[in-house]
Amino acid sequence: MAFRSIVARSAALCRRAMATEASGNTFPLTFGSPYKAIYDNSNVKQVDLPSTTGHFGILPQHVPTIAILVPGTVSIHTESGEVEKYFVSSGTATIHADSSVQILAEEICAVADIDENAVRSGLEAAQSKLSSASNEADKAAAQIEVDVYQSMMAA
Amino acid sequence: MATTWLRTSMTLTPSGARGMATLKDIETRLKSVKNIKKITSSMKMVSAAKFTRAEKALKPARVYGGGAAALYEKNEFSEGENKLYIAISSDRGLCGGIHSGLGRTFKALHAESPVKKAVVVGDKVKAILVKTMGDTYLSTFNNVGKKPSSFTDALDIAEEVLSHEFDSAEIAYNSFVNVVSYKPIIKPTPSAANIESNDAIFTYDEVDSEVIRCYQEFSLANIIFHALKEQEASEQSARMNAMENATRNAGEMIDKLQLQYNRTRQAVITRELIEIISGANALD
Repeated sequence: MAFRSIVARSAALCRRAMATEASGNTFPLTFGSPYKAIYDNSNVKQVDLPSTTGHFGILPQHVPTIAILVPGTVSIHTESGEVEKYFVSSGTATIHADSSVQILAEEICAVADIDENAVRSGLEAAQSKLSSASNEADKAAAQIEVDVYQSMMAA
Repeated sequence: MATTWLRTSMTLTPSGARGMATLKDIETRLKSVKNIKKITSSMKMVSAAKFTRAEKALKPARVYGGGAAALYEKNEFSEGENKLYIAISSDRGLCGGIHSGLGRTFKALHAESPVKKAVVVGDKVKAILVKTMGDTYLSTFNNVGKKPSSFTDALDIAEEVLSHEFDSAEIAYNSFVNVVSYKPIIKPTPSAANIESNDAIFTYDEVDSEVIRCYQEFSLANIIFHALKEQEASEQSARMNAMENATRNAGEMIDKLQLQYNRTRQAVITRELIEIISGANALD
């Protein structure tokens, strides 16, 4: 699966752009998975997300870019100043010249909804699968599973 | 022999009293039309339920697909010579002209500038187009339309599409407008190489070919997923309407047949009475 290569790369070293609070400025964000649309062009203040080139924050007038998401937490600072945290498995993020942002993930889950025990047992199962994997493809698949679970734990 | 039988059974005016259908004939016909009505009205119910579900699923899919297509819409990408068409329909019929509408769009397109490569999803449109452009099929998918399609289905299709070379993948599907209308549209998505060679991409910071490749693969799957969902919603709404019309037509037919049945019955009774009365008269 070529698509899994998106997930396959582990998070690079953080090049965190510590974004300070924008001066009342907002930008339109679209954030969703195939079965769930969380934001549809609604205004937010800031978004932090994990990508193959490191974690980064998006404020209004961010330079246009394309990024590939890696498993991790997306934090969204809403217009009212609240911070919402979601776990994403993989996907893409696009920032356009007009400041609009699209974040599309294969799976989205609110961090508050993650069951820690389930993640822990899942991680153990994935790790044992990784150690027992015989061929390259199985190994890569198991590695992805481990990566996802580990970043879920971190969230 | 077979043809004669077919003709008589279709016109259904066997010899009876004064050339009219006998009571028995009308009764049989009435019964069968009533059964048809029952079937079409329950099919309508089923597709109405499926439609509600499909419409609900379409909402997030639309946001998602729109998000994936935003890069291609906000920037101008050249379409390129080497086009690969993806036709999205389903395996199931009885839904009005939805599949033939898409087929017509393709035929017109093919007549204008011949389609060279096509990936066809769903048996219906495959059968419609096989005569005109069957030799352009790269691969076909079936088993579409029984259950709502999942993101994995979209991934499978995208993977197949990506195994072929193209400058631009044109995704053709029926876009859902509202309950009574849908319209076939064709959405172009450029290939990774096409994106990379385009000046527009330089407005975006920090992109390398690996990022573009991942991005293009993922958004192709997203757009296909969106197309599948649009197709599903339009198909269910079209089927709902087709079945509603069929039910109404059957209803009209039942009314007419019922009237004819009553008239014939009355005629039979009158004739019998006349026979009895004239018989009694003859005895006097």
